[in-house]
Amino acid sequence: MSQQKNPIMGWIDDRLPVTVTYEKHMSKYYAPKNFNFWYFFGVLSMIMLVNQILTGIWLTMNFTPSADGAFASVEYIMRDVQWGWLLRYMHSTGATFFFIAIYLHMMRALLYGSYQKPRELIWLFGMGIYLALMAEAFMGYVLPWGQMSYWGAQVIISLFGAIPVIGDDLTTWIRGDFLISGATLNRFFALHVIAVPLVIVALVVLHLLALHEVGSNNPDGVDIKKHKDENGVPLDGIPFHPFYTVHDMVGIVVFLIVFCSVMFFFPMGGGFMLEYANFEPANGLKTPEHIAPVWYFGAFYTILRAIPHKLTGVIAMGAAIAILFVLPWLDKSPVKSIRYKGVISKTLIPVFGVAFAILTWLGTQPSSGEFLHLINNTTLARWLTAFYFGYFLLMPFYTRMEKTKPVPERVTGGH
Amino acid sequence: MSQDGVNNSRRLLLLGSTAAVGAVGAGFVAVPFLASWNPSEKAKAAGAPAKVDISKLEPGAMLTAEWRGKPVYVVRRTAEVLGMLDGLADRLKDPENGNKAQQPAYADNLQRSRQPELLVLLGVCTHLGCAPKFFAEVKPEPFDADWKGGFFCPCHGSRFDMSGRVFNGSPAADNLIVPPYSFEGDNVLVIGIDEETA
Repeated sequence: MSQQKNPIMGWIDDRLPVTVTYEKHMSKYYAPKNFNFWYFFGVLSMIMLVNQILTGIWLTMNFTPSADGAFASVEYIMRDVQWGWLLRYMHSTGATFFFIAIYLHMMRALLYGSYQKPRELIWLFGMGIYLALMAEAFMGYVLPWGQMSYWGAQVIISLFGAIPVIGDDLTTWIRGDFLISGATLNRFFALHVIAVPLVIVALVVLHLLALHEVGSNNPDGVDIKKHKDENGVPLDGIPFHPFYTVHDMVGIVVFLIVFCSVMFFFPMGGGFMLEYANFEPANGLKTPEHIAPVWYFGAFYTILRAIPHKLTGVIAMGAAIAILFVLPWLDKSPVKSIRYKGVISKTLIPVFGVAFAILTWLGTQPSSGEFLHLINNTTLARWLTAFYFGYFLLMPFYTRMEKTKPVPERVTGGH
Repeated sequence: MSQDGVNNSRRLLLLGSTAAVGAVGAGFVAVPFLASWNPSEKAKAAGAPAKVDISKLEPGAMLTAEWRGKPVYVVRRTAEVLGMLDGLADRLKDPENGNKAQQPAYADNLQRSRQPELLVLLGVCTHLGCAPKFFAEVKPEPFDADWKGGFFCPCHGSRFDMSGRVFNGSPAADNLIVPPYSFEGDNVLVIGIDEETA
């Protein structure tokens, strides 16, 4: 404990561990000094979470969660509520940028093996956040009660109908009616604004506590705790505050510039973020001409669509998400970072990133179209689906087989 | 109280029985929360039959009626269309109504209808619930070069023939559902009631 302690802080610290907690997680949390560009996306996800919660609370103040009132209340927010358009666009654009940050954050983990021992729990909590975020985004998209809200909900809830025996009753139970109706809208509102956000915030806390217990990984995948100075501070570590807080501010500012450019000038995101069909009120008798999910569900939707069999398609889509959970146990490589992995991993990791991006793109396109005038969308979707599963299922073999490079004792680069 | 001679098996029994009673209690408490998600009495009562005037429906045309909030397609098929139904068997997943749940007994025939020309179908794709679109013309379509007329689902490309039977290669596994229906006189179709009332 420091000698010249502020008496007020001293009084508080005797009753609540504020200083100790601050030191553990900020001023004496030693992060590797060689973080690169990829390490911005964790904090950026956090910024987006705060944005979603704040704008979300304000949107509920004018939103009417009922089948009769929802669509009109969104228009009311856009036209009549002061600055309502900005709050809504911050929220809708925020959803897209939240997913951009999360996907790049996950790609970072893939590149540098941040899910490997001893960080399996961090990865599992992270996957829990991702899953909850998908549920959150899906239910949020239903709330404006436009055509895409309605038919998106119809398709996604019908997925559960593919489960043998209980499927039909389960879908009725989820909908609370024999079709998508106001009952469905109201419960989705409750889940979207209360239940799922609570789960997400709790998982974020667990994600960070687990991270701070074992310490951050780095682009070299080197354990910085192996080399410490006489005070027990890792030689390659720097205190999170002030070094990375200041460093992260640059990333946050750049990210927010991009965020604001999209929000002010392309709030619809060309139909990928807010779909044109959603500007028509929900109509249970007519499905829109071209129905596609918002971009961030594209990859999984493509996998569902690639398989011309209902139950198998649903299973494949579920498995595509489920397999990510077990990633820490599929990677048998003795090294963490792509920098020291063998040729196969070095090739496959970037290819996987590209494949996932193409799968995402295909999910927003009609299945009958052609990709770059080269190959039928459905054929390409099937090849990429096979690659997606192959990448994970063969991982225990190729990561064990390939020849890795020696990992340095200390981190390379940094400041 | 003395710390000596702790009876571990007794502690275990108390721990186990407390946990068991607690779990049963939690189970009972969960019932109202889970059951409240079921359709309400109001939603259950909303199943009134729908009456549709079909006197103006011309041969080859389709009208969409609403029954229990869902679309019901009514098509008056031409003799030409009915003649084609038989020849499609080898392109269909279930040409002979093998899945009995998809139509009432009186529609368990080649035309899948009470009156051969009048087709009544629930417009809900058996894949993931979109409303299939009606493509009546026999001509090559982007989704099928040898299209004989029928229904195409814009969501995931399931295809159905002019009696709602699903084509091979569709993600949907089952034929479109024929809802219960009957007639009042010659011109009124009653969707939701099996018995003939007139």
